[in-house]
Amino acid sequence: MENFTRLTAIAAPMDRINIDTDMIIPKQYLRTIKRTGLGSVVFDELRFNVDGTEKSEFVLNQEPYRRSGIIVAGDNFGCGSSREHAPWALLDFGIRCIISTSFADIFYNNCFKNGILPVTVKSDQLKALMADASDRENPELTVDLNIETIIRPNGGRVAFKIDEFRRKCLLEGLDDIGLTLQKQRKIDSFESKQRVNQPWLYLENESN
Amino acid sequence: MTDPKTLFEKIWDSHLVDVQGDGTCLLYIDRHLTHEVTTPQPYEGLRQAGRSVRRPDATIAVLDHNVPTDWNEKIDEDSQLQIDTLRRNCAEFGVELYEVDDARNGIVHVIGPEQGFTLPGTIIVCGDSHTATHGAFGALAFGVGTSEVEHVLATQTLIQAPARSMRISVDGDLPAGCSAKDLILAVIAKIGTAGGTGHVIEYAGPAIEALTMEGRMTVSNMTIEAGARAGLVAPDNTTFAYLQGRPRAPKGDLWHQAVSYWKTLPSDKGASYDKEVIIDVSGIVPQVTWGTSPELVAPITSQVPDPADAPTEDARDSWRRAIDYMGLRAGMNMAGIPVDRVFIGSCTNGRIEDIRAAAEVAKGRKVSDGVRAIVVPGSGLVKLQAEEEGLDRILTEAGFEWRSPGCSMCIAMNTDRLEPGERCASTSNRNFEGRQGRQGRTHLVSPAMAAAAAVTGELTDVRGMLP
Repeated sequence: MENFTRLTAIAAPMDRINIDTDMIIPKQYLRTIKRTGLGSVVFDELRFNVDGTEKSEFVLNQEPYRRSGIIVAGDNFGCGSSREHAPWALLDFGIRCIISTSFADIFYNNCFKNGILPVTVKSDQLKALMADASDRENPELTVDLNIETIIRPNGGRVAFKIDEFRRKCLLEGLDDIGLTLQKQRKIDSFESKQRVNQPWLYLENESN
Repeated sequence: MTDPKTLFEKIWDSHLVDVQGDGTCLLYIDRHLTHEVTTPQPYEGLRQAGRSVRRPDATIAVLDHNVPTDWNEKIDEDSQLQIDTLRRNCAEFGVELYEVDDARNGIVHVIGPEQGFTLPGTIIVCGDSHTATHGAFGALAFGVGTSEVEHVLATQTLIQAPARSMRISVDGDLPAGCSAKDLILAVIAKIGTAGGTGHVIEYAGPAIEALTMEGRMTVSNMTIEAGARAGLVAPDNTTFAYLQGRPRAPKGDLWHQAVSYWKTLPSDKGASYDKEVIIDVSGIVPQVTWGTSPELVAPITSQVPDPADAPTEDARDSWRRAIDYMGLRAGMNMAGIPVDRVFIGSCTNGRIEDIRAAAEVAKGRKVSDGVRAIVVPGSGLVKLQAEEEGLDRILTEAGFEWRSPGCSMCIAMNTDRLEPGERCASTSNRNFEGRQGRQGRTHLVSPAMAAAAAVTGELTDVRGMLP
């Protein structure tokens, strides 16, 4: 996983609530056995007409937002299915950070596994950042995970907070599984105890 | 005397493998359900890192998301590749897979309980958000992403930050013509689709206790539509009666040992929750969604609302967009909106009681001209049971199509989907834009309401059609 420290990028304003994972990546693209290549179809139905041509009113089809690295979106971003294809598709397009007033839990988790930083801000802050992003002359935001701060085009600062462990993993690009496997002895010992206390959870006892 | 604990806290605390300084927990996972769509990448990851599956005996695999529900139909290449990939991975890593023609196969959240693989007090995960379904058994069950699927396969654990707790107490007797589906839609109407975000819900109260296990599963299933990852119901005699004798449920002495443990799980008196919601369902009427988010729901006796009446500016925009997408007008009666398609099935409403409820309405009636209605049992065993009861004949005589198990039109990954502009009364769980097919329009309803829409050709109050 690529680490995330500080990002300066064009921020695309997506001023609507409940942007769900079906909108981010519709089901027909879940029939893949890879993680890559979904950027060309991210936001498929919002972005393209049935004949495959672009919908000019959609923000990512407009300059300068075709090069966005950040999305500023309305409340409850990423609700719906658990599909990790949603963050994969965003990442493949080039999105490394999403700013909203709230995120659906599973989507929020999935972001951290893919080097994407989801930032939660208050609604008045979101309003200001939405206005910044909507200024197509200068829609660049800087997001610094080290100091947990968004720096606005006017120099204003918006602080945010990320759980310590998640922040560390993202800053260093750490592999969760590798970290957990270092705790193998603790897992072994948990299992030995559970095998005694709840033997019915182990297949070798099921046929009693 | 220790502090009183909630059901959720008891399960959480009994699965702690490690707690880090910042409070992040490493939780042991007892049960892992897998399917063809969210496993290719995790197995590839294991292979690349030279890792194995830690507990194949605690893992099962099914084929449900993109398998055709008409076995004569040709499957597309990408879906076939996913299915073959799961077959190869299960063989290589020693995980049991239920094949398409095995009666035990079906929708992952139907077969877990059916096989007794889902048990109270366990932590259950699956790379699918409707894993919340298993919470009906007093298990902590939640959906995970694909990276987490790999983490569980490799380590049988997950790294989790503690969640807040919310109790939803449901009072009153559910009126005739209303089902668990109407109950949960009414709950979502009250708290909203982000109402449970960051929380684990416990459903309690007389209306929940009175539900069958299948009804409780419908409620827990749609917890994710209320924004929470997990929704639990305390295990009781209804739970134990459902599980006893199931293939993978404990037997003999272990059964008694397990039941005595499960009886310690319900929340202690005086346990506290971060948030409490109370709802009385004795006055509700059958629910139907009118918008493109499950919270945009109303009684069948009401009208499509006016965006001008929305509580906030954001909501006003969202209502307006939804009404436009759905091809409706503010002020229209919900009853009488014509439908083109009807779908009865899914992990929300694809169990035997759901099919019975649909058949009760369909009996002696005919699917309206111009409406195409399909019934997709949740598993091979549900299908067999329905056929034994003659429900398939009632439904096919009425003009419904009787299919083989799968997720079908709930996710619309295969050819079971809406065409642009088509309107569907659906027993599934999501009415998002494009969910059932590009430009498709979904109205979420109960199985009885779906059957009523099929035979009248429009959204209809089923209460006038019951015996």
